[in-house]
Amino acid sequence: MSIFVSKATRVICQGITGTHGAFHTARCIEYGTNFVGGVTPGKGGQSFDKDPAGAAIKRPDGSVASVPIFNTVADAMDKVGVDASMIFVPPPLAADAILEAADAGVRLVCCITEGIPVMDMVRVKKILTQRYPQTRLVGPNCPGVITPGECKIGIMPGHIHKPGRVGIVSRSGTLTYEAVHQVTNAGLGQSTCIGIGGDPVNGTNFIDCLKAFNEDPNTDAVIMIGEIGGNAEELAARWAADNMHKPVAAFIAGRTAPPGKRMGHAGAIISGGKGTAEDKMKALREAGITVAESPADLAKALLAAVAAA
Amino acid sequence: MKIHEYQAKEVLKRYGTPLLQARVAYSVAEAVEAARTIGGEVWVVKAQIHAGGRGKGGGVKLAKSHEEVRAAAEKILGMQLVTHQTGPEGKKVNQLLIEAGCQIDHEYYLAAVLDRETARVCLMGSFEGGMDIEEVAAKRPGAIKKEFFDPGEGMHGFQARRLALAMGIPAKSVNKAAGLILGVARCFVNEDAALVEINPLVTTKDGNVIALDAKMSFDDNAMYRHADIEAFRDFSEEVPEETEAKKYDLSYIKLEGSIGCMVNGAGLAMSTMDIIKLHGGEPANFLDVGGGASTERVTAAFKLILSDPNVRAVLINIFGGIMKCDVIAQGVIAAAKEVNLKVPVVARLEGTNVEKGRELLDKSGLKIQSATDLTDAAKKVVAAARG
Repeated sequence: MSIFVSKATRVICQGITGTHGAFHTARCIEYGTNFVGGVTPGKGGQSFDKDPAGAAIKRPDGSVASVPIFNTVADAMDKVGVDASMIFVPPPLAADAILEAADAGVRLVCCITEGIPVMDMVRVKKILTQRYPQTRLVGPNCPGVITPGECKIGIMPGHIHKPGRVGIVSRSGTLTYEAVHQVTNAGLGQSTCIGIGGDPVNGTNFIDCLKAFNEDPNTDAVIMIGEIGGNAEELAARWAADNMHKPVAAFIAGRTAPPGKRMGHAGAIISGGKGTAEDKMKALREAGITVAESPADLAKALLAAVAAA
Repeated sequence: MKIHEYQAKEVLKRYGTPLLQARVAYSVAEAVEAARTIGGEVWVVKAQIHAGGRGKGGGVKLAKSHEEVRAAAEKILGMQLVTHQTGPEGKKVNQLLIEAGCQIDHEYYLAAVLDRETARVCLMGSFEGGMDIEEVAAKRPGAIKKEFFDPGEGMHGFQARRLALAMGIPAKSVNKAAGLILGVARCFVNEDAALVEINPLVTTKDGNVIALDAKMSFDDNAMYRHADIEAFRDFSEEVPEETEAKKYDLSYIKLEGSIGCMVNGAGLAMSTMDIIKLHGGEPANFLDVGGGASTERVTAAFKLILSDPNVRAVLINIFGGIMKCDVIAQGVIAAAKEVNLKVPVVARLEGTNVEKGRELLDKSGLKIQSATDLTDAAKKVVAAARG
């Protein structure tokens, strides 16, 4: 298998009856994800069998899907067994949803929700580290995780992916799709793609993913996509310089962003001359990583990194 | 979200921060009246705008009589105050804070921010207050002392005392300073602040510790649980287009160039700006239409871009995930018809329902060029903007 998720991963959606939760659960099931249920407090006992447009949901083999809805994640864990959860609950309730999943023993929690107060995430991160070290959080404010052809958890368009041996990790959602698209068009495919999210405090970070890709026998090379703000890319570069034995290509978004302005993502802000694209690109290059100058050259940079290795 | 100094002081007061007597004034007469009410012989007349560096720009004046208060108020009220944080056009001063003077012994720096790396709150302080702290950080990083704490646990008294001592606050004032520091720490966490900055924090000749200035900004995502802070919002301080964008949940930032951008996703939106620049163009804005946008939202986004008279061409770059390409296309068509589109548009759609989206655009009868990839899109829009 690749990293974090595979065909065997049993997935639920928290917030499965909300518009986005329902829409994307349907897309995940259509993609072939092993979806085993959903959670909406108060709707336990019902079934999820239609997407928001009212259509039946078909698995890739043509069979019609119907998954049970539970009141709690613990119920779902008890009745159907859960390896991973995809969270779509609204921002004020999202931190609680993450902890509910962790408390029920869910191993991988992908929080798609955008707009969670950073102080909530600070608290969640601390509690996860101390009390639920077995739970991996991906996100929040992220597209999710996909192992092409096996398991899609999140909002990425499944059809642009292709099973292959390139790992992709990114702070940005749509820019991840851009990388995937270019890799697929270059005739390659992806082992696993992870969007770690654009918030200042998140779960899984670049280093966690680089480490997992480094150890994954099904990954040959990695694309890493960062943004201005913070120093996660610099830390990853330092780690890669000492540990990474597979080729890595990188891109940093926001070279032309004016300082002091928050560019959509809560994390993307250059403050006090720190976290600039130039600093990050320099750190990555010094770590032996091939850095793309243009977002159109992500696959090109990857091929260059592989050729140089 | 940013608030004014006088508002920040109102918030800090709830956390026991020692402040000087002060009053807000919206006119010269009110300024003089404020000085009279406060009493004493020395006052400071301070412009209230959302930017630092007000003193250097002439927005803060010392007055030693009511006449001097009047003169200062006349000068500052209504002026376009230019500081290193306002941009060259400056910001119009609509309100003043009239504050009592005090006998300053020394000026320190104190701030609370979130440290992303450790996911903890960082209180930082320095002996070198009253000046540009970024300069201090760059030249003498050792001069900035730090204490970290978990918000669930809160800051401990000993940490606050340790910070106060490290900042060089004299022993006789350390307990007072520690009390102020603990209040700032509690305020930061309880109010979902993004920044609390007191520059300067001063010790006075009589041994008191006072917050002479205060600057606060907040986590926009948490404003739903702080109606009182939200009420402080001063729309005159915000870029009108950015305020309009927020109504539709769009993330928009106005820039100086001529190429309007509509993109989904912050990272892709930033990269789109980057690639426009790489091909010799200048972006007119950052605009993230976000995920799950409706036709109305896309229409609003498109109208917003076109409301900027500098825009000579528009680049639509959508990689559909949450966002479906046909929804984008419908919004673009609706908006283009509504605003009587005159500038060329280059559209690059990819992702969910891409064929439907392209088909809608092709059949719309509008002058919209399709682009096959990012580079193609950037080249086409840069050429179009040059006319």
